[in-house]
Amino acid sequence: MHIPDGFINLPTSAGFGAVAAGGVWYSLRRAARFLDDRRVPLAGLVAAFVFAAQMVNFPVAAGTSGHLLGGVLAAVLVGPWLGALVLTVVLVVQGVFFADGGLSALGLNVFNMAIIGTLGGYLLYRGIVALLPKTRPATAAAAGVAAGLSVPLAAFAFVLEYAIGGEGGASLGTVAAAMGGVHVLIGIGEGLITALVVGAVLATRPDLVESAPKTEVMAHG
Amino acid sequence: MDKRLWWSLGAGAVVALVVAGVLSGFASGEPDGLERVAIDQGFNEAAADHALGDSPLADYAVQGVEDERVSTGLAGIIGVAITLAVAGALFYGLRLYGRARRRGEPT
Repeated sequence: MHIPDGFINLPTSAGFGAVAAGGVWYSLRRAARFLDDRRVPLAGLVAAFVFAAQMVNFPVAAGTSGHLLGGVLAAVLVGPWLGALVLTVVLVVQGVFFADGGLSALGLNVFNMAIIGTLGGYLLYRGIVALLPKTRPATAAAAGVAAGLSVPLAAFAFVLEYAIGGEGGASLGTVAAAMGGVHVLIGIGEGLITALVVGAVLATRPDLVESAPKTEVMAHG
Repeated sequence: MDKRLWWSLGAGAVVALVVAGVLSGFASGEPDGLERVAIDQGFNEAAADHALGDSPLADYAVQGVEDERVSTGLAGIIGVAITLAVAGALFYGLRLYGRARRRGEPT
């Protein structure tokens, strides 16, 4: 999902970069309000884990792979604002040190994965959580479903960018259909991993899951 | 900060290091979703070389380490350390800033 330099023209990249920068700035403002001693190392660890998990591409179809984006996972664990910043840090580290994701495309990638994938995915999570019973399995499932949906959501953010400033002359309809199809498949992997990790943290340290609804203490041990 | 939290964070760090250092060597090398679409729809040619494509960790490999799995795993461990350092510094700085701001506000 990391866009290299050249797919999207520079004016479009700059425009989305400006929007992404606004989102990051707002996330910094919001996160600064509640960051405490506990959340600093926790958010750092979540960033390290998302970086690690993004290295492990899993096969999704013949000749195609996908990897965790981790936006919803981060947002559920440390809240949406820190979650968006976690993804931003990962994308910057990947672009600067590992030549993964073009430097001129950094704003596009932050927009797609840290803003749309993370904040948008978190909104989906909140919507799903509201419909489900307030139990740990339901919370893990809600995180998984939202995470799964966040992948095609981020893919369509790319389609939007390609519609405005795409290079290479591919037809928008076929790009949209192909992006949607393959990222629905990758979303299944994203959902399973997210549900598994959120479930594991809820089972061991439920107090570390920032965005979990309050569960009845006696109901689930 | 309580000791139990540090144990939990330590366990999480071990998981991240194992994922980046070991599991990464068994990752699929096939193109990812976007790359696949770009190849199939004929716009992959538009991709430019990465400006930092010659950096010592480019493409998740440590320059000069022959064995592919070892090279990827080492790059992963270094990446986990860099990410921890960058994210830790950012969030620590942000916490100091937030605290200073709150102190400055009339209560």
